[in-house]
Amino acid sequence: MLRMIPVREAILGSAILALMLLIASRFAGFIAPSNLANVFNDTAPLIILALGQMVVILTRCIDLSVAANLALTGMAVAMINVAMPDLPIPVIIVIAILLGAAMGAINGVLVWKLSIPPIVVTLGTMTIFRGIIFLISEGKWVNSHEMSAAFTGFPRAEILGLPVLSWTAILTVIVFGIMMARTPLGRSIFAVGGNPHAAVYTGINVGKTQFLAFVISGALAGLTGYLWVARYAVAYVDIAGGFELEVVAACVIGGISIAGGIGSVGGAVLGAIFLGVVKNALPVINISPFWLLAISGSAILIAVAFNAQSGRKKGRIILKSEEVPHD
Amino acid sequence: MTDTNAQTRMIPDRLDSRAARVLRSWEALLLVVAIAIFVANSFASPYFLNVWNLSDATFNFTEKAMIAFAMAMLIIAGEIDLSVASIIALASTAMGLAVQYGAGTPELVVIGLTVGLLCGAFNAVFVTVLGLPSIVVTIGTMSLFRGISYVILGDGAFRGYPESFAWFGQGYVYWVFTVEMLFFVIIAVFYGILLHKTNFGRAVYAIGNNPTGALFSGIRVQRVKFMLFLLTGLMSGIAAICLTSRLGSTRPSIATGMELEVVTMVVLGGVNILGGSGSIPGVVIAAFVMGLVTFGLGLLNVPGIVMSIFIGLLLIGVIALPRLWAKIAERKAQ
Repeated sequence: MLRMIPVREAILGSAILALMLLIASRFAGFIAPSNLANVFNDTAPLIILALGQMVVILTRCIDLSVAANLALTGMAVAMINVAMPDLPIPVIIVIAILLGAAMGAINGVLVWKLSIPPIVVTLGTMTIFRGIIFLISEGKWVNSHEMSAAFTGFPRAEILGLPVLSWTAILTVIVFGIMMARTPLGRSIFAVGGNPHAAVYTGINVGKTQFLAFVISGALAGLTGYLWVARYAVAYVDIAGGFELEVVAACVIGGISIAGGIGSVGGAVLGAIFLGVVKNALPVINISPFWLLAISGSAILIAVAFNAQSGRKKGRIILKSEEVPHD
Repeated sequence: MTDTNAQTRMIPDRLDSRAARVLRSWEALLLVVAIAIFVANSFASPYFLNVWNLSDATFNFTEKAMIAFAMAMLIIAGEIDLSVASIIALASTAMGLAVQYGAGTPELVVIGLTVGLLCGAFNAVFVTVLGLPSIVVTIGTMSLFRGISYVILGDGAFRGYPESFAWFGQGYVYWVFTVEMLFFVIIAVFYGILLHKTNFGRAVYAIGNNPTGALFSGIRVQRVKFMLFLLTGLMSGIAAICLTSRLGSTRPSIATGMELEVVTMVVLGGVNILGGSGSIPGVVIAAFVMGLVTFGLGLLNVPGIVMSIFIGLLLIGVIALPRLWAKIAERKAQ
């Protein structure tokens, strides 16, 4: 099984390259390094959230509340910034991460302690979080002139030619690469998704691992919430509406099995980059941006069908494995 | 919710009487809640107890409930369809497009139903023929179907539906009883019989409880699931006709988030989200509960997005509370 993963990533990687060459044949400027850096920066939030979602999906769960979490955290930190313009940015970032993690923990507790199906929990919290944004903001926008210069400047500040937003994504990728391959938490995430029964016998708490996955996903959504609001310099109820579907799409395209246990950091990143390239290429080659939703939907279907075919075992399944008990 | 105490497997000499079982059922509890909400609403607002207002209020749930019946059977069979709201968008867009080419009301109805069926069949092929999990497939088609609407419409809108088309969403059968109410009743009876009185309905329960067992007892599992996706698509088509007729225009954002309300309605109606149990009468009462709550809050000037908080809480609460209850009871027993 492990030998297959690099093959899948190689296929996806070459698909992205082919796509870029195709775009370049119609508009050469697209593959200029500066433009590629822009595309990467634009895709950074998707990469960060896709990594969080990957961890959740690996443990056989799904988190549909990430976009709402992002929007609520973004609105909260924007309002904090308006109320206290002198609060240093590191404090803002810590608040954003903690707030996001707390919302992830709510999802996690409901899944862990009450064994409610994750899709139901996060479908519910998705609307609840959106509603709370309306309650705290009273439906008003927080505009750029109300935010402090330091607040909006941080994600755009350049280090070695790349904006902080891009560096955050790169750092997240590195941290996740190490975490998934080199730490007990990363290994237990794979174990829980791969075979929960066996995971219990090796002393892993399945529910607790799922809880931690939701907390990680929430914390990243919170961090992205600040970066998103600061980058676009505006916060309102509907920011990143429907973004959770793009995040799930990135994971599915990246070869992360929705049944859990199979997937890689590289796959999630490539899946996100694939969508990012498509998104940025559409206006360049004169296709209406309204195509994006249909394209990402088709990409999910094609990717999931493709992965299922390549992963299908030979022979008929006589007996399905029994249901997994929580704790 | 009865499998928490498995240590004492005592078999009683006599089962509870039918009346006792009905009284202790989820549906009975739900009915009490519905009545309580009705009474509370009539005290909270002087405009509540007005037949015309109440008639208007039924629009809050009739379209969603039509889909919810089909969704209930799908969830009982262990699958789910999150693309229903997007099917509405696509069917409505197709009808709007046909209007631009001069289609009349009968053609529009045929188009709406056909698009619904085709979308359902599309989901069904991915789930039953390719054997993919329905959650992922329908998350994909949720983007795809609505995406096609956006491609066709962009930020524009279709208008100019024929006058006779307004009958579905704005017409009255008799006095305060709307056409949609009639549809709701017919569809509820149809699904009640289909689920509770036919072999097909038994097969749906069997599949939800144990797909392997169902297969070995001669049920064509994949074919039944295929039919269920078709039914859900068809119901979305009917809902699209009603909603489009009522609004009189089509935008690609039509019915956004309706899948959540439909699933909430089904779960509130006592259908086990993991499959295997649930009933149509439960969903009917749940439809009334949700309709009354949204109408009551609307009369009190609560904005729609705040109501959605309530629906989210309802969805989680309805599943969480019985489990919490069982957990506490278990702890006390030890």
